[in-house]
Amino acid sequence: MTTFFINRISQPRQYIISIVLVLIISLVCYAFTSYIGYRVAALVLLLTVSVIAISFDILPVLVTAALSACIWDFFFIPPRFNFHVDTTEDAILLIMYFLIAMINAVLTHKIRQVEKASRKKEEKANAIKLYNTLLNSLSHELRTPIATIIGATDNLQTNNKNLTPDNRNQLVKEISKASFRLNQQVENLLNMSRLESGFVKPKKDWCDITEVIYGTVEKVEENKASHKITININHNIPLFKLDKVMLEQIIYNLLINACLYTAAGSKINISAMCYADVLQIVIEDNGKGFPEEELNHVFDKFYRLKNTKTNGTGLGLSIVKGFTEALGGRVYLQNISTGGSKFTIEIPATTASLKMEK
Amino acid sequence: MNKAEILIIDDEVQIRKLLEITLQSHNYSVTEAASAKDGIIMAANHPPDLVLLDLGLPDKDGQVVLHELRQWYTNPIIILSVQNSEEVIVKALDNGANDYLSKPFRTGELLARIRSALRSSVMEDAEPIINGEDLQIDLYSRTVKKKNELVKLTTTEYALLALFAKNEGKVLTHQYLLRAVWGPGFINQSQYLRVFIAQIRKKIEDDPNRPEYLITESGVGYRFVSKQ
Repeated sequence: MTTFFINRISQPRQYIISIVLVLIISLVCYAFTSYIGYRVAALVLLLTVSVIAISFDILPVLVTAALSACIWDFFFIPPRFNFHVDTTEDAILLIMYFLIAMINAVLTHKIRQVEKASRKKEEKANAIKLYNTLLNSLSHELRTPIATIIGATDNLQTNNKNLTPDNRNQLVKEISKASFRLNQQVENLLNMSRLESGFVKPKKDWCDITEVIYGTVEKVEENKASHKITININHNIPLFKLDKVMLEQIIYNLLINACLYTAAGSKINISAMCYADVLQIVIEDNGKGFPEEELNHVFDKFYRLKNTKTNGTGLGLSIVKGFTEALGGRVYLQNISTGGSKFTIEIPATTASLKMEK
Repeated sequence: MNKAEILIIDDEVQIRKLLEITLQSHNYSVTEAASAKDGIIMAANHPPDLVLLDLGLPDKDGQVVLHELRQWYTNPIIILSVQNSEEVIVKALDNGANDYLSKPFRTGELLARIRSALRSSVMEDAEPIINGEDLQIDLYSRTVKKKNELVKLTTTEYALLALFAKNEGKVLTHQYLLRAVWGPGFINQSQYLRVFIAQIRKKIEDDPNRPEYLITESGVGYRFVSKQ
């Protein structure tokens, strides 16, 4: 359905614009009455009211309709310059003019109301769709580990006799993995709600970037031993004044993401450098990269790649974006021509040299 | 040897149960309180060797409980907090807590913290010689040896390392370290600390990027552990 520009112009302005318009059109018609006759002038005025009705509120339109009827009566219907109407024909014409103008105004108003309602409905449907997507992925992401934990503990409690020590070890391992996953998801949700609440205030302090990166890589490798992460940091890199915990979360999410979405054994490289007081961190992998048409959406909240088989809530990268922006920086993603993807983080920050007095 | 007594103050039954089983199986004797009020009374009636204090109690702010306990209770207090609360942790450490654990925590970590806190409270004057696997710190002769070779340290580097050695196993906050080594005027100059930690690591660690002695506690401070 076409949308008209409603409510963009304030009501007092609508009155002024429509009255002025009617006056100008009347003046033009008046100048040409001898050529077009006063009945055609009525049609021109009626058209003017209809045009106004398309975009303005009902009240200004009704006022315009009444005004134009009066003008037509006073200046056009003979005898001119009074409200007297001589012939029955003209009287009927005047009444009809007035009625058509009014009906016009009311009808357009009604159409617009219907349109508004349907748009609201559409918006609501979209919101529900997003909510459902979120709920589905969330309940799946939270329920799977919970189901694992409940199932495994049940098994250990009621079926203990039939389990071999090896079985038992495996079940305990699954419980441990599931709890880790649950913890990870809760962490993401908490970070997301922190970002949503607008309550994220970076706590800036001097950061040794080398320490942050090695520490975070170690944490990732504890959980994902399947990937080899190489580190490239210029040894002259200065100290940066940043929120260390947020920076760690950004790097952690990007690295975990790279581990989750590339095959075991894939190579991941993280490098850091400084130019003109901007910290640049690049994380590259040699996986498949991202589908070109989805590159722009990966940072959207709850967005999951269309053909993905990996589980997730679609929160990890939106947290990366949220935290990076909270630090005044930006993040972008490119595909590498030789395959794989490349995330770049750029954060401007105050720096201090690592070289100090002895 | 008598069993060390540990008082758990936490309102969550599940956490208390988990801690109780873990600690009892490692030969500690355990008492429990579910509220700040009960905890303070129990600690007063029969002072334990160590208190595990949850900061999120329903009846009183954990920092206040900590403050009240510290008026008279001198044994170690280890606080339990939730993740992402570095500021709260730093505040609690400044208020007299000896160490902290973020929920969820690993059992191994819990036991290590308890052992280290109990050890340092038993030996008020810490062992003057730290014997790590390949690192010796002798606080008498002010010498540090790595793989049996003398390590050359600047005065500040030594002061910092000696402070860590005296507080082995204990987390030291950035502000504490800055105040103790550089002075009260330097508590906001954390860049000094970063630089000197990096320098010390180059001298005492096998791989300064993967430290095994000087461990980073993100957002809180550093901890010295002697791997043995």
